[in-house]
Amino acid sequence: MISSLHLVLAAILAWLAIGVIGLARPRNIRFVARVLFSASAAVGLGLAGVALSSIGNAVQGLVLPLGLPDLPFHLRLDALSSFFLLLLGAASAGISVFSAGYFRPSEGAAPGLVSLQYHTFLAAMALVLVADDAYLFMVAWETMALASFFLVITDHRLPEIRRAGFLYLLIAHVGAIMILLCFGVLQGGDYTFDSMRLANRSAAWSSVAFLLALAGFGAKAGLLPLHVWLPEAHPAAPSPVSALMSGVMLKTAIYGLLRVTFDLLDGQLWWWWGVLALVLGLATALFGVLFATVQTDMKRLLAYSSIENIGIIVAGIGLAILFRSYDKPLLAAIALTATLYHALNHAFFKSLLFLATGSVLHSTKERSLGKLGGLIHRMPWVAWLALAGTLACAGLPPLNGFVSEWLLLQAFLFTPTLPQSFVNMLVPLAAAALVLAAALAAYVMVKFYGVVFLGRPREPNLAYAHDAGRFERVALCWFAAGCLMLGLFPVQVIALIDSVNVLLLASQVSRPGVSWWLLAPIDADRASYSPVIVLVVTVVVLLLTIQIVHRHYHGRLRKGPVWDCGFPAQTPRMQDTAEGFGQPIRQIFEQFFRIERVLPTPFDAEPRYFVKAEDHFWYWLYGPIARAAEWAARQIGRIQQGRISVYLTYSFFTLLALLYFVR
Amino acid sequence: MSASAFLSQLLQLAIALLLAPLLLGWVNQCRAWLQNKSAPSLLLPYRTIRKLFHKDAVVAENASPVFRITPYVVFSAMALAAAIVPSIATDLPFAHAADAIALVGLFALARVFIALAAMDLGTAFGSIGARREMFVGFLAEPALLMVLFTASLISGATLLPTIVETLAHRDIAIYPSLAFAGVAFTMVSLAENARIPVDNPATHLELTMIHEAMILEYSARHLALIEWASALKLFNYSCIGIALFLPFGIAQGSTDWTAILGAVPVLIGKLAMGGFALALIETVSAKMRLFRAPEFLGTAFLLAVLAMLVNLLLGS
Repeated sequence: MISSLHLVLAAILAWLAIGVIGLARPRNIRFVARVLFSASAAVGLGLAGVALSSIGNAVQGLVLPLGLPDLPFHLRLDALSSFFLLLLGAASAGISVFSAGYFRPSEGAAPGLVSLQYHTFLAAMALVLVADDAYLFMVAWETMALASFFLVITDHRLPEIRRAGFLYLLIAHVGAIMILLCFGVLQGGDYTFDSMRLANRSAAWSSVAFLLALAGFGAKAGLLPLHVWLPEAHPAAPSPVSALMSGVMLKTAIYGLLRVTFDLLDGQLWWWWGVLALVLGLATALFGVLFATVQTDMKRLLAYSSIENIGIIVAGIGLAILFRSYDKPLLAAIALTATLYHALNHAFFKSLLFLATGSVLHSTKERSLGKLGGLIHRMPWVAWLALAGTLACAGLPPLNGFVSEWLLLQAFLFTPTLPQSFVNMLVPLAAAALVLAAALAAYVMVKFYGVVFLGRPREPNLAYAHDAGRFERVALCWFAAGCLMLGLFPVQVIALIDSVNVLLLASQVSRPGVSWWLLAPIDADRASYSPVIVLVVTVVVLLLTIQIVHRHYHGRLRKGPVWDCGFPAQTPRMQDTAEGFGQPIRQIFEQFFRIERVLPTPFDAEPRYFVKAEDHFWYWLYGPIARAAEWAARQIGRIQQGRISVYLTYSFFTLLALLYFVR
Repeated sequence: MSASAFLSQLLQLAIALLLAPLLLGWVNQCRAWLQNKSAPSLLLPYRTIRKLFHKDAVVAENASPVFRITPYVVFSAMALAAAIVPSIATDLPFAHAADAIALVGLFALARVFIALAAMDLGTAFGSIGARREMFVGFLAEPALLMVLFTASLISGATLLPTIVETLAHRDIAIYPSLAFAGVAFTMVSLAENARIPVDNPATHLELTMIHEAMILEYSARHLALIEWASALKLFNYSCIGIALFLPFGIAQGSTDWTAILGAVPVLIGKLAMGGFALALIETVSAKMRLFRAPEFLGTAFLLAVLAMLVNLLLGS
């Protein structure tokens, strides 16, 4: 009898096999890219299908006699794993199709090697999601971190890319240590998750475990203040890898946090955990979106936007913990649904946007917003499909980003009176912060889209930009369609997510008897939203208006030069720049940035204006820690003399001390 | 959903589409009176729209389809919003499609499209207008949502018809939370509708214009649609204000046609008062520097948050 878990294992093995086969002819681009990556996309699609069919099934377990003797690997497939496997499969299918057209000959590392790392990365992520013991989880987690590290430094000849890779590896390991400690605290006599579920812990140890999990998984997800690797590593990696890291890998951290909090620590949640996660998440969201507004590199901008979305997701988890700790299962289910929905949405729209930047990068060799512009004329496919991602990321109806934010706001609004008056006051303030972050996200997205795709080309060589190839188009279409479908059919998506709610919270959002087109989580008379009607009515009115206008009035239309208040001699350099677009935000929120500004004097022959907005955390947190570490290393270095007699003396004294203590 | 409900829905939409330019004309007339100028005709906005529809359209050579589709998108979004906000009746079939949060999302959709269209031609004015519009928008939108949240906390619903029904059945008294929310809403509406003190609808002075800078390149039928959509936006905001703060006289239920028809003159009366108040505010205040706008809108945001907290503390 073949269960879904066997099929998931088969998919993991297939990915590993595809990676290894690529080594046979590593430099053959046609074989590695077109054939292997297409096969990998098919595997991803299959995995998504398996996950989709198994999400409502009973929990499945499996013990693999692998690993160390007497320490077998435990696997488990439940609704939570299935949901994230669905996310992984669906997103990786699109990204693999894109990669099939993306890798070109003579660009850095051999494609076969990249393919091996890429597929190891995919397999490791899938393994993280089905691991049911701490041992396998950590092995898979570390494999994932290392594979992605090698992918980030694909262009390792550039020093700044090696630097970004090092930073990523460092923070990934700080996080991994905390996760390991967290499992150590959780253990119930055994390394399996089952023993952790049953273990008895004091409240203090539970809290320690939760804090370690929040910090450890937060490091991977990009939570404040461990977010610094994201804006460095995402631009360094090739675009499909950025999409995979931002769209999928960050979600494995969310999965881990959910697994530890709602599964392993189940029944012992404290309200202040929720408050902590909520505040930290919202701080991250606001921080991320503020920094996104002032970026001038399109991939850095998207990386900061990912930080914002992770913040929103963690805030949703915090809200779910809060409601769960006060025993409000329906509200907790709404908050958790919003969280998972947003994770899925983010996987789609952020992958779409990162892949679109990949196409732009390929065609123009330019990542800086100051040297792009007007690409909608040269790259219509990419531009129009990216518009869907832009609107979704800005949280606008009827696309998907709006639905999850809507749900989260509903969870905030329908908070009944909680026993803690402090929390009662906090929830509306948190809603205000969330709304502010969402509104700023629209600002960021208008900046991104307007500067890259609209306006006039800022550099002459942009006139030779070409549209994306066939594979890239298919991938972008897949994600754009996903954004639209996830936005239009929330009821069906929530029905899927409800299996997770039933598993983790023993509650569900979907109610029988509600129409398929109307999203009404509480009561149709209190709150409802129907994206299908919004879209249909808007489109009908739009077509009707066009029809009426064109029938009753003449269609005479003349093309002419731009008017611009009659101002002659317009040049593309007179358009707003990325720096300019971020300027109002930089001015209002000046305290949040560390600003370095170089202004020209009137006597400069070549006046240069330069402004750089940096992160305070570098100087307040990372600088001191790095200096302290260096100082400590130097002090320890003093005892290193390089003479064998000195080392023998050290050994002698160590032996004496040991003899004294052990005796 | 009965046929009668659909009829009242269509009636409301038709009234909104037809009355919106009149409201604009009324505001202009009141302002002229208050400023001792000779007033333009009440029907001037209709004539302007009619004139614009008859002209030949001029589109810049490097305009993308985004530029040409935007007037239609903005107009449709505003028309849908007009169908959702209960202005004469609460039993509206379309109202379930979007609650207060989705309504704000719809306004945001229109704003994002018009800002993108302004950036499309790559002109200095267009892009600076887009930047300023988004800048005002990101401050105004949260404040507006907070105002709506206050009303939702009172009524336990985010659906506008339910809010209206709940608020209309309360005793007439001054509720502190609604008072704060009302002030905040007034400030937000001024900013969102490009009115003094944040923007000036009558200026084309380069340094100060926001909304006008974005639509400089539009002409003829595209401009007509945008002007009409702006009028509809003002109408919608007025109707949201009426629904939240003066919800009396809006017909409840869809079968009572005397109530529905009776709601029309009540609505016109309220709009006339609101329009006069708007003209009065515009007459007695001066336009602010752009970077004072964050203070203005920040105040609105804080007032709205305060309204929510007051509501939670006092329960009213």
